Amino acid sequence: MSQSLNICKIGEKLRVSSILPSEISSKLLEMGFYSGKEIEILYKAPFGDPIAIQVGDYVLSMRKNEAQYIEVIKSVNN
Amino acid sequence: MKKIALIGNPNTGKTSVFNRLTGLNQHVANFPGVTVDKKSGLLKLNNEQVTVIDFPGTYSIYPHSADEKIVYDVFSNPKHEDFPDAVLVVADASNLERNLLLFAQIYDLNLPLILIINMSDIAHRKGIEIDIEKLKIEFPTITICQTNARVGAGIDILKEEIFKLNSKTNLITDRKQILENYTLANNNDTVSQEIETSKRFEFIKNLISKFVQNKSQNVSKSKKLSFYDKITIHPIFGYVIFALILISIFQLIFSIAALPMELIDGSFADFASWTAEELPAGILSDLLTGGIIPGLGGVLVFLPQILILFFCLGILEETGYLARAVFIMDRIMRPFGLNGKSVVPLISSSACAIPGIMATRTISNKKERLITILIAPLMSCSARIPVFTLLIALVIPNKYVFGFINLQGLTLFAMYSLGIITALFIAWILKIFIKTEEKSFFLLEIPDFKVPRWSNIFISLFEKGKVFVLEAGKVILAISIILWALATFGPSDSMQNAVKNINYSQHQNADSSQVIASVKLENSYIGILGKTIEPVIKPIGFDWKIGISLITSFAAREVFVGSMATIYSVHQEDNKGLLQTMRNERNSLGKPIYSLATGLSLMVFYVFAMQCMATLATVKTETKTWKWPLIQLFYMGGLAYLSSFIVYQVFS
Repeated sequence: MSQSLNICKIGEKLRVSSILPSEISSKLLEMGFYSGKEIEILYKAPFGDPIAIQVGDYVLSMRKNEAQYIEVIKSVNN
Repeated sequence: MKKIALIGNPNTGKTSVFNRLTGLNQHVANFPGVTVDKKSGLLKLNNEQVTVIDFPGTYSIYPHSADEKIVYDVFSNPKHEDFPDAVLVVADASNLERNLLLFAQIYDLNLPLILIINMSDIAHRKGIEIDIEKLKIEFPTITICQTNARVGAGIDILKEEIFKLNSKTNLITDRKQILENYTLANNNDTVSQEIETSKRFEFIKNLISKFVQNKSQNVSKSKKLSFYDKITIHPIFGYVIFALILISIFQLIFSIAALPMELIDGSFADFASWTAEELPAGILSDLLTGGIIPGLGGVLVFLPQILILFFCLGILEETGYLARAVFIMDRIMRPFGLNGKSVVPLISSSACAIPGIMATRTISNKKERLITILIAPLMSCSARIPVFTLLIALVIPNKYVFGFINLQGLTLFAMYSLGIITALFIAWILKIFIKTEEKSFFLLEIPDFKVPRWSNIFISLFEKGKVFVLEAGKVILAISIILWALATFGPSDSMQNAVKNINYSQHQNADSSQVIASVKLENSYIGILGKTIEPVIKPIGFDWKIGISLITSFAAREVFVGSMATIYSVHQEDNKGLLQTMRNERNSLGKPIYSLATGLSLMVFYVFAMQCMATLATVKTETKTWKWPLIQLFYMGGLAYLSSFIVYQVFS
């Protein structure tokens, strides 16, 4: 089952399933969120927003507002 | 002369490469037609030279911000005056997948190209091994260099390779042909862009598996967070650390800068009086000693604060701490239309708005940057302190409420708070009114903690100082000369007549030169202007004497005190004398002019009014238009007048 990245927890191993159409979908794709990419939420800011995500070899932070456009599925080896 | 473009993702050490190649031979200008900084520099080797243009950092050739758009505009148009003869693409070795996207896009443009794999030492430490020879086999037509720009490794070879490209005479023989071969999608066609990007990532994934070995995979990253990571984003310690850092920066700008500032002030004053003695008296000498030399001093006096702030900011940015501070502050600043990055500029502005406004460059979102610039001067800066101190001593009794809260201290605190609260409120309003075409999003890379590269910090200090002195300095100097002329000259005879008619018996406590200075100021153009605006400022409790000082203190707020001293012909250094004189001032009804109502009204006026030409000049330099400084001048002026009116009417 795919779910939106903004409701995922820290440490869950996730795989990008799709980017929802939005103003920033091409931007998110260019930042490395192509479908199949393995990602993980590293930590969240004190109010739970923004969140920091490990994308391959680097860490990207984004607001939950941006994260809602990233659809992910939990990896089986969780 | 050949033009070489330097492009790459942010945080790849692109700036380090640029600094290593060009050193201090750098020049900042605008890209034609847009307000994006164009940094270029000369690279010389064995009598040959090329121009290296440092393009704004971007993740893709398809733009998402005004800064990134310049990359698309230049590379999609071979007739563009900045279209390069060759391209250097910098890629971070520890994050090749994302970095190679931009490389692949540029590669397909078929321009002479050098791929610079930078920071391989960090990649190595992370367990990422790159087989450059295999990569070279994949791309036989281009040059691939490995560098570690932080320590300068590989730079000499890179320079040689650049000139090897340069000496190939047929670099670009036919620009028309290139245009026909272009594969770039339309800037607005995001669907094609997304299809293209997905394909490119397929290709890159496949490519990387051939030449990169990554031993760091398959470990849950969140379990490997370093101590520094954990503490800087901690819900309590994160804010404690950030507060401590801000307080230290504030203290540094506030106190350490004071010494060199006094030194600059003092030496320019000495230089002016020396010049006055050496030169024959006359209009030229007056212009030099009263207008130009103090004007130059008025520009240079800001340098210590600017350099100290950017030194601190450089360290925070270079180490990677700043991204974490922005990360924890973002949610708090967001309701006001601000960004986590607005915090440092705003706090700095409570020492001085000029370095604060210059520091907004780190805010990549145009709208949030503009809002930060527009509200920054509302933070009470150090130049307001002499004004507040004088007025508080004048109208606020030195009493204690509840036995321990000093009323004078409380008033000062209230003025500071008034500035901060209003700044946030105005930001919230501006959020609604300012529209930008740019998409608003918050995507911020959080780099690893690193040791700062000192040479980068010092080169950027040099650039900041140069830009301020040359750009904002011009405006400050021009306005100070105008102000000087207005305060020195008056309608033909009236000044001389007034001086002739001085009745010295009325001024028993002052020496004659002070009385003359006072009468001259009163009869100068500024004096006349001050009297003319009296009907306007009467409802807020000011007389023409205050009016004159309001105009002269446009040079800098603290000039208010000196102007008052001149008008009342007392010694400037002697605050007590001035206080006594002002206290004894009576209006036509015999009531004190400096009542509680007038004093408070004047203080509130100084909290809000845009009484600082140097700030206006800096806003002009930063926004590259007179529109925003003028809007700022009028909204702050209106706010000051309205608030002072309310305060005066309530308290009188």
